[in-house]
Amino acid sequence: MHQASSTTDLLFVFMLAAFLGFQLIKRVSPLLHSPLMSLTNAIAAVVIVGAITITGAADATPLAKTLGFIAVTAATINAVSGLLITDRMLKMFRRKGE
Amino acid sequence: MDTELIVQGAYLAASALFVLALMWMSSPKTARRAVRCGEVGMLLAVVGTLIRHDVVSYDLVLIAMLIGTAVGAPMAYLMPMTAIPQRTAISHAFGALAVGLIGAAEYYKLAPTLPAGSFVLWALMLEMLLGFLTCTASVIAFAKLQEIMPTRPIMFAGQRVLNVLIFAAALGCAGMLIFVPTSSQLFPLFIALALLFGVLLVIPIGGADMPTVIALLNSYAGLAASAMGFALDNKLLIIVGALDGTSGFILAVIMCKAMNRSFSNVLFGGFGQLAAGPAGKVEERPVRSMSAEEAAPVLELASSVVIIPGYGMAVAQAQHRVAELYEHLEEMGVDVKFAIHPVAGRMPGHMNVLLAEADVPYDKLVELEDINPEMPQTDVALVIGANDTINPAARDDPNSVIAGMPIIEADKARTVMIVKRGMAAGFAGIDNPIYFNENTQMLFGDAKKMAEQLVKELQEL
Repeated sequence: MHQASSTTDLLFVFMLAAFLGFQLIKRVSPLLHSPLMSLTNAIAAVVIVGAITITGAADATPLAKTLGFIAVTAATINAVSGLLITDRMLKMFRRKGE
Repeated sequence: MDTELIVQGAYLAASALFVLALMWMSSPKTARRAVRCGEVGMLLAVVGTLIRHDVVSYDLVLIAMLIGTAVGAPMAYLMPMTAIPQRTAISHAFGALAVGLIGAAEYYKLAPTLPAGSFVLWALMLEMLLGFLTCTASVIAFAKLQEIMPTRPIMFAGQRVLNVLIFAAALGCAGMLIFVPTSSQLFPLFIALALLFGVLLVIPIGGADMPTVIALLNSYAGLAASAMGFALDNKLLIIVGALDGTSGFILAVIMCKAMNRSFSNVLFGGFGQLAAGPAGKVEERPVRSMSAEEAAPVLELASSVVIIPGYGMAVAQAQHRVAELYEHLEEMGVDVKFAIHPVAGRMPGHMNVLLAEADVPYDKLVELEDINPEMPQTDVALVIGANDTINPAARDDPNSVIAGMPIIEADKARTVMIVKRGMAAGFAGIDNPIYFNENTQMLFGDAKKMAEQLVKELQEL
């Protein structure tokens, strides 16, 4: 019973986040669509939390450690390069006279 | 128990920061704050995870994070702005690879203990399917954008049938693995099919459709992260994945509308047919051409000029020269605006970034719907390296392959100047009637050299 309710909880969270996402993204000016995409791409690298849990677990097999190691590296590349390049892009957007 | 509370608190705060980040992306004034939010959110998520009681060894994690930083930071600083779409594509590939591999590790860990048909198995299979197909699809998109691979669509007989079969086979494997967890020998086959399907999904797509592809891959990567959240019972991942998934989805829909493509076509891949069409019949019609020397006085006498940049400007790296031209004209008292078509460039909003790089103020960049009503009162429409986004056939000729695609109505300006290397067709490979209009002047030459010459001629006036 508890298991079933936790699964539906997750679906509720997903649904609400998706609606929130629609509302937020709709308001982003087309001017910033490129930085928006590199930012969302970068924050999706939060999957690193899963990779860390797998790599650092006490019962991690050598296979799990190898896969987790590659996953942590890949997610870090994604997060670091995405966040830095988003900021680099945004720094260039200026109004007249600024 | 206490640690678990702190971890969940960190995840909750990280979720809030990511939502705030998207909120602040709505305006260039607050957007840099949005990036800070994203950075702090990511830091909280990582630190929160490191203190979890089930995470006991740190050596490998820290080494991997160091390597990732050493690779990621130069990628962000050394990429020219014209290569932003490639960087985004390869970054999607890394993110999706991480998702897929975590799914595989979880599968090996959990599959022996899970009951057949359990929810976690469903989520894991969805996670790996989306993760692995997005990974190879992004690599192909990267290769096409970087022109390691030909950008034209690659098509062969029976392609659609093959795609459907591969996808069905991947789903079949996933189904077996979910309902008969002992069939783990199918697992490598499942991964191979998902990887292969990603390749097949993107090879038939042409260069003109890349903005849509990149947006769609962004969406798939997000949904894969959400699926991972379902598998690991992690609400932070579900929330971030859903935000990323909807973001990519909305941008893909916007790009489809901007090219008048059906979204279902895009979802099922193979939607680059437009670019595959044969080059339009070559007609021997006269065009009027002008030199930079002749064009400069026309620009100087204009009271309003709308510059319409396209990918040709980006390829020629002409954005800085074009910005100089803009500054000169402004100094001469000419009202200059830039008209931006949504799909100009190789990813959504790419042209805005290129012009921002060249220090064109963003309040001078006007979108299609806002500039079109002004075009009939515009003295000169200066088209630089753009073809299809100004093709009046899209509006006037119901039989055109781009019929119905929204265009910037450059042809309505009093004078149209088109900077173009020759009479070759653009990405859509079709004829453009605007070249033959009475009020059109062709400025034959490379976008960068022509912009330089125009600046020089203006200085000498």
